[in-house]
Amino acid sequence: MNQLSVQHLIGIKHLKKSDIDLIFKTADHFKEVINRPIKKVPSLRDITIANLFFENSTRTKLSFELAEKRLSADIINFSASQSSVKKGETLIDTANNILSMKVDIIVMRHPSVGACDFLSKHVNAKIVNAGDGTHEHPTQALLDSFSIREKLGEVKGKKIVIIGDILHSRVALSNIYALKLQGAEVMVCGPKTLIPKYIESLGVIVETNLKKALNWCDVANVLRVQNERMDINYFPSTREYTQLFGINKTLLNSLDKKIVIMHPGPINRGVEITSDVADADQSIILNQVENGVAVRMAVIYLLAQQIKQ
Amino acid sequence: MSKKLLLTEKEIHIILQRLACQLVENHQDFKTTVLIGIQPRGIFLVNRLVQILKDEYQLSDIKVGQLDITFYRDDFRRREDPIAANTTNINFIVENKNVVLIDDVLFSGRSIRAALTAIQSFGRPSSIELLVLIDRRFSRHLPIQPDYRGRQVDVINKEKVMVNWKEKDKKDAVYIINN
Repeated sequence: MNQLSVQHLIGIKHLKKSDIDLIFKTADHFKEVINRPIKKVPSLRDITIANLFFENSTRTKLSFELAEKRLSADIINFSASQSSVKKGETLIDTANNILSMKVDIIVMRHPSVGACDFLSKHVNAKIVNAGDGTHEHPTQALLDSFSIREKLGEVKGKKIVIIGDILHSRVALSNIYALKLQGAEVMVCGPKTLIPKYIESLGVIVETNLKKALNWCDVANVLRVQNERMDINYFPSTREYTQLFGINKTLLNSLDKKIVIMHPGPINRGVEITSDVADADQSIILNQVENGVAVRMAVIYLLAQQIKQ
Repeated sequence: MSKKLLLTEKEIHIILQRLACQLVENHQDFKTTVLIGIQPRGIFLVNRLVQILKDEYQLSDIKVGQLDITFYRDDFRRREDPIAANTTNINFIVENKNVVLIDDVLFSGRSIRAALTAIQSFGRPSSIELLVLIDRRFSRHLPIQPDYRGRQVDVINKEKVMVNWKEKDKKDAVYIINN
């Protein structure tokens, strides 16, 4: 099939393996496009995309914006901090007002879980979830898997550990869905307080010893501690977190193999990962950023394909 | 469905020899010329021509590229069955080069229009020529004509020209298919 099985990209949970394969195959071609002297294709020149960011973002927003521009779409940007949301407008009203300006695709980040799903049922546009609260961040998971595939050849059968704040992380949940769907083995590792109960029901292994986790894995995806989402103290101090779950060069050198290090950003250098690890040759953090543009181009291109003339 | 043989293996062989000869006549040593095959089926043709240029004319370092035009098509979102993209592989800049676009069948001219746009992403060529194996006469939607043509045919609209290549379809042959 050359078509996605879904109408919107709300979460990895709704995708099939064939969708991920199609997105990756398309992203391969777009990766070639963005390395040309002229990095642009005219496919979406009659499509308008609204980027609605109700929550702060730099990387994801820039990445989406660049992906849309590389596809020649017209784009409008919106940040909650500078908008009528502060004046009391509801989400549907905001979206419908933007849609009256003839927008075909909405890329949205929102602090509430399910905001994108809600919007997809109420407005007539394609919705791409750019992160909804602590729920899902599908394009991040796709670009993570794409980067693993690029580095190790395939995702199937690989062992991936996700380290850190699993409880508040939409990246973790989307990654678990995506990796399991592709046949990888997934482990989560972090302080017990930051690992959700019943997470084993998603088919992942839980480990609280970092050294053991690193010895097991092929790839370590390191997450940031999301202090902004914590209403109580989940661990005694940042210093203690770093000592137990921070990744440093000494720890990596003590392993009997060379593992791949990933991080979705933003990095808190010296907390979950030290600078020498983040900048090491086994780290593919900047490849992830480059692949992000290609993967997002693929997602938007494939969704736009479904919009009839 | 009826299937009529238009060109046999032997005829295709003779035509390819002539096309290669014409390319040499115009481009001599290919120092500033690049051959670009259009995905998917122009690739077979360009590879054959390159082989002949190598065997018969000892031209072994010709620059060859593969161009996919999916993202440049003008029927995006207008098709029932979306087309999957193919690989583009052009690892050189076409700036100031003479580009020869190569495809198997020239029909409406829309693919070539897309290829003309696509090739600009790789620089500004000094000239672009078009080589096709089969030129379907009276079927153009755009003012595009080939510089080198294998065989010109008159085919009515509902008929289809199918080029088979040994590498993919077991045998070289060109058919006209009537559905």
